[in-house]
Order: sequence, then C-alpha cells, then structure tokens
Amino acid sequence: MEKVAIIGVGQTRYERNNPCSHDEMAFEVTNKALEDAGLTIADIDNSVTCTNDFWDGRTISCMTITDATGSSRVPTTNVEGDGTYGVLMGMTRILSGLHDITLVVAQSKGSIGEPNLITNAIFDPVYDRILGLDAVNSAALQAKRYMTKYGITEGQCARVSVKNHKNAKKNPYAQLPLDITVEDVLSSRPLADPIKLLDASPVSDGACAVILARESDAKRICRKPVWIKGVGHCSDMYHLGDRDLSDVSVLQTAVKKAYDMAGIKDPKREIHVAEVYEAFSYMELMWMEGLGFCERGRAGKLMDSGFTQMEGPLPVNPSGGVLSAHPVLAAGLARIVEGVLQVRGEAEDRQVQGASVALAHGIEGACGQGHCVYVLER
Amino acid sequence: MTVELGNTGTRLHQSRIRLRYNWWVGKSMGRFYREIKEKRKIWGNKCPVCGLVYVPPKENCPRCFEEMNEFVELGDRGRLLTYTVVRYSVPLIQPQTPPYVMGIIKLDGADTGLTHLVGEADLEDIEVGMRLEAVFRENPQGNLLDIKYFKPI
Repeated sequence: MEKVAIIGVGQTRYERNNPCSHDEMAFEVTNKALEDAGLTIADIDNSVTCTNDFWDGRTISCMTITDATGSSRVPTTNVEGDGTYGVLMGMTRILSGLHDITLVVAQSKGSIGEPNLITNAIFDPVYDRILGLDAVNSAALQAKRYMTKYGITEGQCARVSVKNHKNAKKNPYAQLPLDITVEDVLSSRPLADPIKLLDASPVSDGACAVILARESDAKRICRKPVWIKGVGHCSDMYHLGDRDLSDVSVLQTAVKKAYDMAGIKDPKREIHVAEVYEAFSYMELMWMEGLGFCERGRAGKLMDSGFTQMEGPLPVNPSGGVLSAHPVLAAGLARIVEGVLQVRGEAEDRQVQGASVALAHGIEGACGQGHCVYVLER
Repeated sequence: MTVELGNTGTRLHQSRIRLRYNWWVGKSMGRFYREIKEKRKIWGNKCPVCGLVYVPPKENCPRCFEEMNEFVELGDRGRLLTYTVVRYSVPLIQPQTPPYVMGIIKLDGADTGLTHLVGEADLEDIEVGMRLEAVFRENPQGNLLDIKYFKPI
C-alpha cells in the first residue's frame, strides 16, 4: 500500500467563548496548515471537513464551511465526526488514486450552544433520552462500572487530571494549564458520581487542520513528512446497556490493525509518545489498557508507577490532552497534530526527547463507542 | 437578535432553533411500550442465532445482524450493574431534580442492561449488585418513564 504523509498542520488556541465566527476559525487554521506545509490554497486538490450540525446550529453543516476552508472550488466531502475519522477519509481518498493533496479541517465552538442539551440528543429519543442522559452522566456510568470491576480508585483517576493539566502549562494552545493536586481534584465539585469537575474536560472552541499527501508528493514538497505507518478503527454497539462499559476490546481491535500495519509488536516499548482522547480522567486509564500499554484492569497501577508522566518511559498527553482542551470534533485531530509535532521534534517546551514514533487516538459517540488510532513516524 | 459585548465591538447573535419531531417508534419499542401501558409487563426480544435477550427489544441483534421476532416476557426485578448520582441541574432534559440516580439494571431473564432511574433509595445505600424492582407509573403515557424508577428490594 502506498505511503501517506502529513505534510502540514495547524491549530487554533483553544478557549471558551472565542469571539470569532466559525468562518474566522476555519480560515485561520486552514491558512496555518498551508503555511506550515509551504503551500497555497491552489495546491489543495480536495478537502475533508469535520463538522456537526447540532454543535454548529446549522444543518448540512458540511456545506456551510466550504468558503472558509477554500473548499468552494474543489471537491469537498465531510465526516460528521471526530477529526481522526476525517484523516481516515482523507487518507483513503489519496490511496484510491482519485485524489492528491488533501486538506482536512475539524472544528466546533462548544460555547455557542448548550452542550448538555446537545449531548442529550446523542441518546435515542424513543428510548432513553428522557432520562436526562448526556455526555457527563453517561461517562459516569462507564467510570463506575470500570472502577468497580477492577478496583480503580478515584485517586488514580485524579492523577491523570493532575498530570494533564500540568503538562498543559507547556502547551501554548491549551485552554486549561493548571497546577493542581490529587486533593484538589477529589474535592472539586461533584458532577455525576464518581466524576467531579476536575475529572471532566471543559467546554471549548477550536479548530485543527492537517494536509495529507501521497509519498511522491510528500517527498517533493515537505522537509519533514510524518508518515501514517498504521491506522485502525472499530465501533461498539449503540445502546449503553447492550455493552459492557468496562470492555475495551473495540479499542484493542482498532489498535491491533494500526500496530500490525506499522509493524509494532511491543507498544509499551516501541511507542515513544501517545496522545489519547481522554474526555474524562478515567478514560485515559481505560484507553491505556485498550492500547496495550498494560493489562486489563492494571492502568491504575500504571498511573501510580509514573510510567506515563513526562519523565516516564511513555509520556501520555504531553499536550495536556482533552482534559485541558475539548473542542468537539477537533480534539481527535489535535491529538494527530500533537503527534506530528512530537515526531518532527517541533513540540517546543512539551517535546518528548527523541520521539520518532507517536500514537494518536480519537473517539466517537457516547462512552467511546468508536475508536480510531494512528501510528505516526518520521 | 445581536448584542454588543461591552464596548468591544464584538457582537453576539442570539437565537434558537425550534424543532418538533414525531418519531415512529418501530415494531419493537411499540410492543415494549404497549405491554407496559396495558399490562405492566416488561418485554424483551431474543436473537435466534446467539440467543441473547435484549431489553428494551430492538429490530435486529447488533451482534449477529439477525432480525429478532421472538418476544420474551421478563420479570420486573433485576440487579444494578452500574449507577451514578447526577448532581448538576439541566431542567430541560432531566426527569427529576438533582441529586437523582441513574443506573443500568440487568433484569432477571435479560442479557442486556436497561438504563433507567433508581428511586426510593438513600444515596448512601445504593451499591452495584443490589436487587431492584420496577415501580410503574399510575397513568402510563407510552414512554420509558411509564416505569417510574427501580426501587431496592
């Protein structure tokens, strides 16, 4: 299979109530990615945008963002979902042979609408929407199930939050750089037991863009192409009650495809840095298990050991992760952008020294119903 | 309407989307709500291939992709698989004033969990694995809250 590389990246600073319009945000990030790639909009053959109608308050939202992403004069298509899936679409468009240099843009402004009402609408109107389910309390159901099954403690989850907010201090794009302690997390305002305010990601506005190219174009255009060595995705069932919410076998299936493609046999040693989609602190622990960084049920101990701290053997979320900035749809693409910066050696103060193999992870749907994982290499 | 924030020149446009929907519930949920409304019974359905019993019932087994036409009457008792105490308030979507308890209940005879509410329970007494029983609403309206909540037994 032909190789595909990421040859340009851009992201906005993540914040709540960014006083810009959707168009301004998408225009900014498209230009940043073009500048990073050393290209102009005329070089873009086609685009993939990631938008969501409920978050934008505009339906057929794919068609609303064409002007600001230079997509009004090229073939454009849309992924209603996380940016990691947008890159998957872009990659397959290139591999099909039908398309060349591909722009992928993901964006949302969480501050413009009512996130609890929007995420309540994830759930089935005929069945359980009436219970007041939303992103936070459904995550709480998953957290409780996971913690009960394996004896994971609230303190171990809190450690994730402490680590990621501290890492965010070195990331100029992050929304919530914080110096907090485990005690601060444990005593923060309870939202839905066991999730407290500092276990949860914020409401954010933000956008990311990447530019993809096939090997021949990438080598011609780009000094430091970052290769997509492996990718995999997989989904679980829709209704929460049909799933075992502590089960990460769907993530295991997704990442196995990525590892096999990339020739990774021992991820704990061969992955140098990981950016994962932890919308809540407990999720980072679950995803460590699904990604094969430890056995099932052992992520609490992994966290305690310091393995995933910046000084540890496998830093996770040096950017501060989704706990530090959660622009829906863009958050997964941000993990890819951060992974690219890491393997290029351009991650500045948050750089993991010598990193040349990064893992980037995104999720889709309630409680990580779907997962999409990348192995990125220099 | 558009408002200016302070003297910044930054303008915010405020509006809302008003949308009504009439969702057809489908054969399975139709049967589920009818059995609760008319007989105060909870029904699921069973996959002919894997044999799992789903509640609420659904059109096809998500594991096997087989149509499920065998409906199964279940009891109204079960075990609490997981729960949360919701402490923040979003009145437009919440069925009760917080703190209220949502959980996933494995009914006797079912292989999947039913997401619902836990009521008539002290918060400190709720624990995973406890036995619960459905309490039905006096005037059923054809939705999931025709079961008011599940209470400890």
